[in-house]
Amino acid sequence: MDPSWLPKLLALAWLTPLASFVLILFFGKHMGSHGKGAGLIATSAIVFAAVCSFTALFGVWLPNHRLQDASHHSEPSEADNHAAMNAPVHLVALSEDVGDHAQRTSVQQRTSVQQGASVERRASVERRASIERADQDHGQHANNPAPEYYSDNLYELGVFGNLKLSISYYIDALTVAMFCMVSLIASCVHFYAIGYMHDELHDFTDPEVTLSSGEQLTRPGRYYRFFQYLSLFCFSMFGVVIAGNMAMVFVFWELVGICSYFLIGFYIERHTASTAANKAFIVNRVGDFGMLIGMMALWSSLGTFAFGDIKNEQGEVVEQGMFSMLRSEENDYHLRPTDGMVFEGQRFTAGDNMVDDVAGEGAAVAGVSTKSGLAGNWLLLVAGVGIFCGCVGKSAQFPLHVWLPDAMEGPTPVSALVHSATMVAAGVYLVGRFFPVLSPEALLVVAYIGCITLVIAATIAITATDIKRVLAYSTVSQLGYMMLALGLGGWVAGMFHLITHAFFKSLLFMCSGSVIHGVHTNDMTEMGGLRKKMPITAYTMLVGCLAIIEQAFSFGGQNSKHVLLQWAPVGGAFITAFYMFRLWYMTFAGKPRNQHRYDHAHESPRVMTAPLILLAVFALGVGWSVPGTNLNVTNLLDQARPVGTLATTHGELLPELVIPSEPDSHAPAIKNAAGIAAFSTAAAGLLLATLIYLWDFGLRPAELKKTFSPLHSWLWNKWWFDELYELIFVKPTRALSSCISWFDLKVIDSIIHGLAAIAKGCSKVVDVVLDNKLVNGSVDTFAHSTWDTGLWLRKIQTGSLRQYVMFIAVGTILLFVAISFVQNI
Amino acid sequence: MFNPIATNSLLANLLTEPVGASHYVVVGAFMFTCGVLCMATKRNALGVLMGIEMVLNGANLNFIAFGSRYLRNDANSLGLDGQLISLFVIVLAAAEAAVALAIVLNFYNNTNSIDVDRADQLRG
Repeated sequence: MDPSWLPKLLALAWLTPLASFVLILFFGKHMGSHGKGAGLIATSAIVFAAVCSFTALFGVWLPNHRLQDASHHSEPSEADNHAAMNAPVHLVALSEDVGDHAQRTSVQQRTSVQQGASVERRASVERRASIERADQDHGQHANNPAPEYYSDNLYELGVFGNLKLSISYYIDALTVAMFCMVSLIASCVHFYAIGYMHDELHDFTDPEVTLSSGEQLTRPGRYYRFFQYLSLFCFSMFGVVIAGNMAMVFVFWELVGICSYFLIGFYIERHTASTAANKAFIVNRVGDFGMLIGMMALWSSLGTFAFGDIKNEQGEVVEQGMFSMLRSEENDYHLRPTDGMVFEGQRFTAGDNMVDDVAGEGAAVAGVSTKSGLAGNWLLLVAGVGIFCGCVGKSAQFPLHVWLPDAMEGPTPVSALVHSATMVAAGVYLVGRFFPVLSPEALLVVAYIGCITLVIAATIAITATDIKRVLAYSTVSQLGYMMLALGLGGWVAGMFHLITHAFFKSLLFMCSGSVIHGVHTNDMTEMGGLRKKMPITAYTMLVGCLAIIEQAFSFGGQNSKHVLLQWAPVGGAFITAFYMFRLWYMTFAGKPRNQHRYDHAHESPRVMTAPLILLAVFALGVGWSVPGTNLNVTNLLDQARPVGTLATTHGELLPELVIPSEPDSHAPAIKNAAGIAAFSTAAAGLLLATLIYLWDFGLRPAELKKTFSPLHSWLWNKWWFDELYELIFVKPTRALSSCISWFDLKVIDSIIHGLAAIAKGCSKVVDVVLDNKLVNGSVDTFAHSTWDTGLWLRKIQTGSLRQYVMFIAVGTILLFVAISFVQNI
Repeated sequence: MFNPIATNSLLANLLTEPVGASHYVVVGAFMFTCGVLCMATKRNALGVLMGIEMVLNGANLNFIAFGSRYLRNDANSLGLDGQLISLFVIVLAAAEAAVALAIVLNFYNNTNSIDVDRADQLRG
């Protein structure tokens, strides 16, 4: 099919869940008993979206874009290897140099901005030129142009001066791949949820909510509402993926957030669920604050939110996107701040001198636009780190990782969706989408954050006993791996991990859901030996565990430059293997720890196990090529390789920082050595788990726990992050707010009370003098006189007929007499 | 001031003059006065009703007298307007008597008496 079909198909896939959401929103209650039809509608909508997505991939994208082997980038020469392996040497001296450099810069700028900046600029230009020359000597790859993409405006919301808000799309291979992944996993989750949520089809008695009367809460089932939120969730996620500009990403980003809020808090009556939902929402707001700053930095300097160029029918660029502005062709697709960025940036760094700069030396400002200048680079760093802050919140990276494990309070299908295809994937996806804008310094931040996250989360997972929490921490850890890979320049590796991780993590969560469904508990200390009772679940979960370990050690060998960044993934592989198999052994192997629960355990219905098997197949197969072709995820993703990622990049602010190109970091010499190291540690982890939890070999968990009790309690309490945040943020906020509350109660209230008393006194005076005396007095007097007159007139009304007649007669006569007197006068 | 000569002359005039409107007027005034006195003095409700009839008929007499063409010098008119009005009055009197008798009957049913002095429940 023609590529013009691509936007249509994907828009159809995007909007179908919205239609399903609207339908269920209005008619959900009336779709069968407790909205049974809602599940059917939502599921068919997402399956339709999946069909559209896969048609777009196989029917439109692949026929029009021939796949090439990703490995064609990398036939590294000896020299190339040499360069990449030597790169870390520079990093050792990095930390001292940063401070030194910054200090130097500020001093210079304070004394003589113009002179200092130009010297700095010239130095930086020369330095980079020499580095680039050196790279070229080493047979550096030519930098790659922008990948093939389709971008256009669908609808213009409004134009405000320079700011144009529109609904637009940006479709490249990554978009198509994400659409397929999200729709496929969401379909599996929908099918699974039909089985898992059947409790909600009738009045549901919540075992975890006790009313004040001591009874369990019984409420009407909310089956239809669950599917309603699922549909909205899918719609929002598709929106994030297809969005063609930053503003639209932000809108759908927040929609994803609110959907996760609804779904985590699905059992809203449970206190833990509602607080977990609040926590997820609030923690994400913290990240989104940074994202807003990043967006403002980009927009104020670039004047556009759009990602890609929008071309008219003749192929001329109508509207330039931020990617091509920042990585223009004349710069050989290297990231350079634009003139606007240098200008904006100088305003911050130069401060008051800026006015003189502009007024006095317009020519000098024009000269500043030599695509250099550290000022613009700082702004670029702010933008990159700001956007990454949003991703830290969504993808649960350190230090905002605390919400994800609590999000386990939602129903398990939600966990499967949140942890694989939607919520947390959005953050990693955005880093991937934004990759061309991220400067090397921002990438370093990404890498370190990812590295810290993967270690912290993996260690916490060792001691957790809630089956879903182990998986949750494993997700956080895996997301750390993805961020690490992206931060080290491994764009394809990071995105590949995102997609494969989605498959096996949703598989693992659905398996855990199946176990929970079978034994009615989350606690692994009450499971054991379930392999015999639920074989399908057990072996599909084993597939998931193996897949996650494989990922972990293939990432251990991903990239290694810095001591911490090198050894953390390798250590992570060890821990990952350990806790995943600890989970599997505790749940499925050995003897039952709770005979009662074991006796009642049963395999889940087919509507739940079928998605498990499907996902297990995908988890195993998604990394491989389709036999006989070179069609695989890596090659597909390579088609979306962001502009300018094939060349080694050097930091502007940290000149010694080197982000190697992806093929360099895959150089066999590095990859094999690190891969073997990671594989052996992973195997060691697996062995250790087997020793402790399967073979009774003298290493008993309880004894180990006692021996390492400080370590255990440290990990058990999740490194005391919650307590730390309680201490750092919550308590001071409470203290501050109680101070403010005191001020409010004592000072402001007393002022207001004083004012009120004065007003009251004034009105008292008015009341006594004016109202009571004057107004009431006159009205009362009038009333009294009327009353007296009435009393007096009453006497005439005697009721005696004869008297009345006499009155009439006498009255008439008197009238005549009076008239005669008047007439006589 | 009471002037016997003037009184005499009035009475004399009446007695000596041929019958004219003023004779009727005197009779009507007498009947009217009798009726009013009857209403003012009788305690019997039927007596009061009779007094009313007397008042009405005294007035009728005036209408007829002033309307009659024999009693005025105007010979051209048909001279029936006074009679017509008095016929109206008679009809009204009949209707009024019917209503009044109904009231009296009810009053009697309630109080076992037709003494109008006892009909003073609505006094102030």
